[in-house]
Amino acid sequence: MPPPPPLPLVDIEGLEKRFGAVTALDGITAAIHPGRMTGLVGPDGAGKTTLLRLVAGLLRADGGRLSVCGADPGTDPERVHEAVGYMPQSFGLYEDLSVAENLSLYADLRGVVGDARERAFDRLLRFTGLGPFRTRLAGRLSGGMKQKLGIACAMVVKPRLLLLDEPSVGVDPVSRRELWAMVQDLVADDIGVVWSTAYLDEAERCDAVLLLDRGRLLHAGPPDALTRRMDGRTFILRAPPDKRVAQARAAATAGVLDALIQGPHVRLVMAQGAAPPDGAHPTPPRFEDAFVSLLDDDAAPHAPLATPTAPVADPGEGDVVTAQGLTRRFGDFTAVDDVSFAVARGEIFGLLGPNGAGKSTTFKMMCGLLPPTAGTARVAGIDLGHAASAGRAKIGYMSQKFSLYGDLSVGQNLAFFASVYGLKGQARKQAIRGALEGYGLDTYAKANARTLPLGFKQRLSLACATLHRPPILFLDEPTSGVDPLTRREFWGRINALAADGVTVLVTTHFLDEAEYCDRLGIVFRGRLVADGVPDALKARFRTADTPEPTLEDAFIALIEAEGREDAEAAA
Amino acid sequence: MGSRILALVIKEFLAVWRDPKSRFVLIGPPLIQLLVFSYAANYDIIEAPLAVLDLDGGPAAHRLIDDFDHSGGFRVARHLDGEKDIAPAIDSRAVSLVLVVPADFSRRLNGGSSGVEAGKPAVVQVIADGRASNSAQVLIGYASTILTRFNGEWLAAHGGKPVPAAIITTNWFNPNLVSRWFIVPGLVAVLTLVVVMVVVALSVARERELGTFEQLLVTPLRPFEIMVGKTVPGVVIGLGEATLAAAIAHFGFGIPFLGSLPLFYGALVLYLLAVIAFGLMISSLAHTQQQAILGAFLFIVPAIILSGFATPIENMPDWVQWLTHVNPIRYFLIVVRGTFLKDLPLADAVHELWPMAIIAAVNLSLAAWLFRRRLY
Amino acid sequence: MSDTPTGGRWLRLRGLIVKESRQVARDPSSIAIALVMPIVLLLLFGYGVSLDARNIGLAVVVDGPTQATESLVASFERSPYFHVTRIADRRTAEAGLVAGDYRGVMVIKDDFTKRLARALEGGGAESAPIQLMVDGTDANTARLTRGYVEGAWATWLTLQGLTEGAATRLAVTAEPRIWFNPEVRSRNFLVPGLMAIIMTLIGTLLTALVVAREWERGTMEALMTTPVTALELLIGKLTPYFLLGMGGMGLSVAMAVFLYDVPFRGSFLVLVGVSAVFLVTALALGLLISTAAKNQFVAGQIALVAAFLPAFMLSGFLFEIGSMPAFVQGLTYLFAARYFVAILQTLFLAGTVWSVILPNLLAMVALATVLLLITARRTTKRLE
Repeated sequence: MPPPPPLPLVDIEGLEKRFGAVTALDGITAAIHPGRMTGLVGPDGAGKTTLLRLVAGLLRADGGRLSVCGADPGTDPERVHEAVGYMPQSFGLYEDLSVAENLSLYADLRGVVGDARERAFDRLLRFTGLGPFRTRLAGRLSGGMKQKLGIACAMVVKPRLLLLDEPSVGVDPVSRRELWAMVQDLVADDIGVVWSTAYLDEAERCDAVLLLDRGRLLHAGPPDALTRRMDGRTFILRAPPDKRVAQARAAATAGVLDALIQGPHVRLVMAQGAAPPDGAHPTPPRFEDAFVSLLDDDAAPHAPLATPTAPVADPGEGDVVTAQGLTRRFGDFTAVDDVSFAVARGEIFGLLGPNGAGKSTTFKMMCGLLPPTAGTARVAGIDLGHAASAGRAKIGYMSQKFSLYGDLSVGQNLAFFASVYGLKGQARKQAIRGALEGYGLDTYAKANARTLPLGFKQRLSLACATLHRPPILFLDEPTSGVDPLTRREFWGRINALAADGVTVLVTTHFLDEAEYCDRLGIVFRGRLVADGVPDALKARFRTADTPEPTLEDAFIALIEAEGREDAEAAA
Repeated sequence: MGSRILALVIKEFLAVWRDPKSRFVLIGPPLIQLLVFSYAANYDIIEAPLAVLDLDGGPAAHRLIDDFDHSGGFRVARHLDGEKDIAPAIDSRAVSLVLVVPADFSRRLNGGSSGVEAGKPAVVQVIADGRASNSAQVLIGYASTILTRFNGEWLAAHGGKPVPAAIITTNWFNPNLVSRWFIVPGLVAVLTLVVVMVVVALSVARERELGTFEQLLVTPLRPFEIMVGKTVPGVVIGLGEATLAAAIAHFGFGIPFLGSLPLFYGALVLYLLAVIAFGLMISSLAHTQQQAILGAFLFIVPAIILSGFATPIENMPDWVQWLTHVNPIRYFLIVVRGTFLKDLPLADAVHELWPMAIIAAVNLSLAAWLFRRRLY
Repeated sequence: MSDTPTGGRWLRLRGLIVKESRQVARDPSSIAIALVMPIVLLLLFGYGVSLDARNIGLAVVVDGPTQATESLVASFERSPYFHVTRIADRRTAEAGLVAGDYRGVMVIKDDFTKRLARALEGGGAESAPIQLMVDGTDANTARLTRGYVEGAWATWLTLQGLTEGAATRLAVTAEPRIWFNPEVRSRNFLVPGLMAIIMTLIGTLLTALVVAREWERGTMEALMTTPVTALELLIGKLTPYFLLGMGGMGLSVAMAVFLYDVPFRGSFLVLVGVSAVFLVTALALGLLISTAAKNQFVAGQIALVAAFLPAFMLSGFLFEIGSMPAFVQGLTYLFAARYFVAILQTLFLAGTVWSVILPNLLAMVALATVLLLITARRTTKRLE
């Protein structure tokens, strides 16, 4: 790492920002340097966006001092705007304008004309690989391409400081790697880049991180400084006979901060000074471990992980969910192309793939929300597209985004779904009470669902989908946009359900989550390109260069085999 | 099934009521509209500014001008000096009407005995501003009424022959011809329409946009149940809104309610079903709330204009009149005004009820069909 | 920005205007509001809204038909204003009035002819009454009905007097004249008034929606971190919609003159100038609403209540402002539509009458200035 230059680009001292009674930023002191990638890390609502907006001169601080490229954004935003490129969370693109038209607008606004303009466009289009898509409307680009265009727009004039608000949200792993490489080039060019993210693997690779939680700065400095604090506290239980039981037992053990399934193994993070359980092997710490442990100290105590359980209706032995030649076309676009798989009782089956690969469409056909163009989907032996009402009582479904009634209270949402699923009298009361207690929702029972913290929204969604004890559960991207703590807790609950014999189908584009699944199907451009046990999938891509491939390596190799350029176009 | 629908209905009410935005839509605009319309929508004219050009100057002319000034319909705003002043007074909209009393006015009035001009009445000119042609007609009507009375009194006082026959007019149902009695009961129909339309049209679109619609579809609920679950709250909200508006009309604005309440509510339910069916159709076709609002607007505006709410249907060209037959507001307006002002007998109301029933039945079936097809 | 060359300013403005125009061209809902709505509204109002009573349903009950009554009824039947139905008995006719089948019932009793003859001979104070019952529900139509019946009756009476050779004598008669619109076509004043509504729709509703959309989609945030100034943002937004609004106006004028034969007697230049001023007020209001609302749903609701409804109800387009209660009249002064409607009706039907145009124009300019000042103050390059 280069030695810190004498003058930071951004100098923050005791910065405060309040929105009404809410303190969004509470006395932040930090610096951002040129030629470095600074990761702005924290869970949802930590204050990441507020900090970026303050630096960009879009908000006025309530206290403290802030200097950006030598100017105060509060009093002299114009000077800041000339030196700073900013990409908001929603790209800031005009979706009804083409790639070239978006660039032209920002070139006009930043006064780039004539030759300089041509050169800038050439450079940016080559740099982003968007050259072939000049005339495509921004709204028709894939998530990754939108992010690239958003960065290009912020870079029409080379800025001294580039602020990127969650640039990797909604971007598949391949595009994410490209995006990252692209931004690394800028850093090499001595631009200061701030990359805000909830992905910890990204934070780990930054030159420096600012770790925010609930408006406070928990850590500022290189990520490995944080990771090193965890030295000697991380262990692995190699291939226990029943990993779910082992995980549950470990999680309940005193001194274990965190236990999670990793392939066939169980990974443990111990509290400071606690002794590891028998048979645990040391393993190198990751940034995520440090993050969890830091937030754990900062956060409220864990909600009880117990999931209300009761014997579920038996869907029969063998394969309870089958898809056979499932195909769906929208016009001349084939969203799902001849997908077949089978899921056994009590199994967690993951559908993995980039955005737009056809995961959700497959799920919708399975649940009877969308009639397939060809093929059949059977759930507990029933085709949900035809056998309506009664069959649907056997499944629970949790959709990609929060889709409960935001203006109804938690209790009202639960009561509504209980009635709709035909629960009556005592059973209804018990189910609702069980959900409130089991998911730690009692304190929020009267609060509007809209106002819940994200983690509690996820709990409520799962609670509503499982009120009627369905033997089969469909979870569509249940953890998208959720911070690591919440994700872990969520997977804990899913594991508990699976242990009770519930069959779980889940889609995700988080590769690390795929490790939690018993079996995986990898979906790409509408087709199921591979399926099997996670370890077997990884093993297929073991080479001399990568003797220990991760799922991400396997995934990228698979997709690269499918042709990269086209992948972007189809996504 | 019953309990599932009940749960849906309860949820729908909670969703509408707990969201401050939809609560506002339910209460704000209707109240504002009721007040604005009731006070502003008025064809009656009071104290219209009048300019007088009195070329005669005699006592009879003075009396006539006084009659105008004290009629309530006019007030004398200016006295003109000559013909040249007429155009500026009207052009500048300073006055709505000009009364010209000719120089021979008194002579002709008394000219019954002079022989040469016997039988020739005095002629006064009444000039109105046609830029507001309805007002112009109304004002000229006022003027002729004043003149007729002046005639009668003059002839009676001067021993002339009275007019051989007279029309004795009685205004039924609205003896003083107050526009508000016409507009406000109409508003009961229109406001109910607007609120119910927006609530129903938005309800499915909002659920679609928020993703809750999918959540509903994976539950054991049937499409038919969902539709009933959307219709019942619409009917209840519509009944509430109409009751409130009718109460304000009767108790607030003092408009008589002579007819039967059961007839009013019976017709209201048919009307609401017909309107809700339109709303459900828009709702099942719209993907976003934006589209639903635009769709509702595109239905509401023509439907109100072509209903007879503001202007009579008979005045429209024939082909437009035909169009109005599929408009439920047209029928309900007749029943509302009938029950308020006329004590409309059931036998007559039936002519308005069965078309609404048919529209409701056809539209609900159509909406159910669309609903089933557009679930995905 | 002090050190920016003016060239940069023009470039930024051009960039914003080009962007906005492209968006308008590609957004179906913008086109719907800007081009389809005016046509639909003009067609609806042109054909659907008419205050000119024609074919008024009139029931006539004649108890004892004679030559005189026959000629009286025939004269009503000839009138373009009435659609006469003969009914044998009074009860049926009255029931029809209740049912809404007729607007009025005229009853001629069996002694009518006898009494008329006596009256014509000059038999003292005797006169032959005719009874007219009018459905007063629709007060306006009721008044017109009554006026038309009296008019037709007077005509018949005069003719009758002449044929009978008897000198009926009236002391005074009126010679009514309706200037600017002698055939009293309501279309002639409704259509110009409608233009104010159409311009309000394009200027306020459309602008409020598109700016709110920029907030919703986060593009405003990206724009604000560029060197663009608040004033440039304002002008960049106003220009395309200004042109669109003027286009809508041109379309409306063309439809009014060529489709509906509304006369245009004023100066075209003045029309353009006045429309431009009105449009600026409408646009400024739209911008103001959207910066306050920042979300399309709320912006649409406010635009409806603050712009569309007043343009409709409080502009004098359909309802006489002078007859409204004082506080409502006071309210009308706050909305530009009132001034615009007055100028439009004058320009179309009367001509370029400066005594009408000037005060109204000044009021609009004052409103526009106030609105623009507030908008400029509120349009800061900040999210708060």
